[in-house]
Amino acid sequence: MSTPQPPTPQAAPDWQAAPGSPYPVYTSPIPVVRAGLRHAVASEWTKMRSLRSTMWTLGVFVLLVVGIGLLTGAVVANSSTDVSTSNPLEQGFFGVLLGSIAVITLGVLTTSSEYGSGMIRTTMVACPTRSRVLAAKSIVFFLVAFVVTLVSSACVAVVHAALLEGQTSGPTGEQWFKATVGVALYVALLGLLSLAVGSLVRHSAGAITLMIGAVLAPLVVALFMFSKSLENVQQALFEYSIPNQLSIFYSNSLSDSGPSGLDPLWIMLGVTAVALGAAFALLEKRDV
Amino acid sequence: MIEAVGLTKRYGDKTAVYNLSFQVRPGAVTGFLGPNGSGKSTTMRMILGLDNPTSGHVTIGGHPYRRLPNAARQVGALLDAKAVHGGRAARNHLLSLAQLSGIPARRVDEVLGVVGLQDVAKRRSKGFSLGMGQRLGIAAALLGDPQVLLFDEPVNGLDPEGIHWVRNLMKALAAEGRTVFVSSHLMSEMALTADHLIVIGRGQLLADMSVTDFISANSADFARVRTPDTEPQLREKLTSALTEAGGHVLPEPDGALRVTGLALPRISDVAHDADVRLWELSPHQASLEEAYMRMTQGAVDYRSTADRKAGLQQPLPPGAQPPMQVPGQGQPGWYAPPPPQQGGQLFAAPQSAPGQAPAGPYGAPAAPGAVPGGQPANPYAAQRAPQAPAVAPVAQTPQPPAAAPAPPAAAPAPASAPASDPTKPEDAR
Repeated sequence: MSTPQPPTPQAAPDWQAAPGSPYPVYTSPIPVVRAGLRHAVASEWTKMRSLRSTMWTLGVFVLLVVGIGLLTGAVVANSSTDVSTSNPLEQGFFGVLLGSIAVITLGVLTTSSEYGSGMIRTTMVACPTRSRVLAAKSIVFFLVAFVVTLVSSACVAVVHAALLEGQTSGPTGEQWFKATVGVALYVALLGLLSLAVGSLVRHSAGAITLMIGAVLAPLVVALFMFSKSLENVQQALFEYSIPNQLSIFYSNSLSDSGPSGLDPLWIMLGVTAVALGAAFALLEKRDV
Repeated sequence: MIEAVGLTKRYGDKTAVYNLSFQVRPGAVTGFLGPNGSGKSTTMRMILGLDNPTSGHVTIGGHPYRRLPNAARQVGALLDAKAVHGGRAARNHLLSLAQLSGIPARRVDEVLGVVGLQDVAKRRSKGFSLGMGQRLGIAAALLGDPQVLLFDEPVNGLDPEGIHWVRNLMKALAAEGRTVFVSSHLMSEMALTADHLIVIGRGQLLADMSVTDFISANSADFARVRTPDTEPQLREKLTSALTEAGGHVLPEPDGALRVTGLALPRISDVAHDADVRLWELSPHQASLEEAYMRMTQGAVDYRSTADRKAGLQQPLPPGAQPPMQVPGQGQPGWYAPPPPQQGGQLFAAPQSAPGQAPAGPYGAPAAPGAVPGGQPANPYAAQRAPQAPAVAPVAQTPQPPAAAPAPPAAAPAPASAPASDPTKPEDAR
């Protein structure tokens, strides 16, 4: 992806070639290439792969998803409890829930670490089309998060299906899809939301706290809503909390009402689109 | 070519830059000077489209920075050495920037070689020294082989070899027909590098002129007069006599007098008429540094004061007087006297060659190399001898030529020692 593109020579910018200029003008022998999103994506890919923190966060993510997935799978498979009526892939949920924190961290760091280090000024000087940089970051991060989640959740799903082969009727096509592609899309979108929040807040610790709060707070607050008059609020908080949305992909939701099917994906898509839109708008307006 | 018109930037109530208009031309090094907090970096950021001006505009080659087609190929900038992710290896940092503008990857290795970082290319920049970080920043600026270059404090943290290299680099870049805009708070550095100066203070333009003009407009010459230390009453006598004759007299901390407004022969005559013996009568040139300090003294935001340790000192014994502070050099808030009035000839013709190595006090020859003979009035004007800022202090301390440190071991014949003196400024350029 980072292979150097054959340079397509382009006419020197008009101001440089201005005839009769009273000043001597330097012209570089290196051919000028019209830079575009493709170049920005290559650049962001280099940035992402050249940081140890990327490897660490993704490593932790894979470890959590696969490790916890295998552990819960093994425990359930070896117990005598009847699991024949439930989704055979549902034990993958715990690993993904914990792993999503690593994806959130990586998403936030993709944008906010540039602000923390001052790298953003170097980047924005090299590419004053600011939206191109954010778009490239979003694309690269989304693809990386999607692929890594897809691979690790698919691994877990395959192992679970094999472990529970005799005890259940085997996962349906829809269950397969939701526990792999669905979850991967959802987690990648959650990471993209974090990336947008990181770009809005521009402070790593602040943005990570905000995102982890957004994931956990609704559920924790709802747990302690004992008052009858708050029952509806409690219900909504439970149903729309991110852990519950995630559990819908494994059909072990807290309640039968509320979002179902691929609803969480659409909800997350909407929220992320709004946050990313705000991030793009502010990036253009704010001083770097 | 960089062109700013009425550039203004406010952060809340604080005005960082106010109504700044200037042009930076190609083919020359333009120095951008100002005290800390005077708005240099803010101006640089506005030029580079990082900050939006509150009013006014700035263009590069006729375009606002953010509308430049492939900006990185036209403008290169060193903003600050810290604008790098410390966890990324130097080469990867540059590679990501190169890819962003479609610059071939082999150019990365090329600029790493130019700045001398090829051996640490695979190391993470977190472990870089300030000077190495600065070199990495310069490499990033050179990456696109641009027509316009901006450097914000490029010599910060560099060793003498590095400073020397940056000076030559900037001159070479300008000689190729590029626009080079360098900010600094070191006047002495700019005097050596720049052809043109833009001086700002508190965000406003103080001067926009060539270095030569800046010097002739701002440098102030004065005479140092010393009366016998053993007879302080002579000093008083001479002071009043000189003041009467129209001179401006300032005492110096070491007991000498700093006289402006009178030619040297006239001072001698006045002293003779007043029957005062002189131990020293020497011409001096205020350094460019002082001229700059005087120009910006009203515009300094962060000024140091003496550390008085108030309330922490033992009370003085009754009757004792605190030591009197004599205003003079080296004290905050004191600068050389203002330049002479228009037409006020400070050193009249008889004081023949002002450029000739002035005799040190007590007739001892001045330090070797301090002021090369036959040089025009200001050492910066034509040759820009690097040691110039030190002229005044050097002339003060008698230093016979023999005192020049001979290179240890493997030294050539003593006779040629001064020529190969490592402190000789000639090869510092």
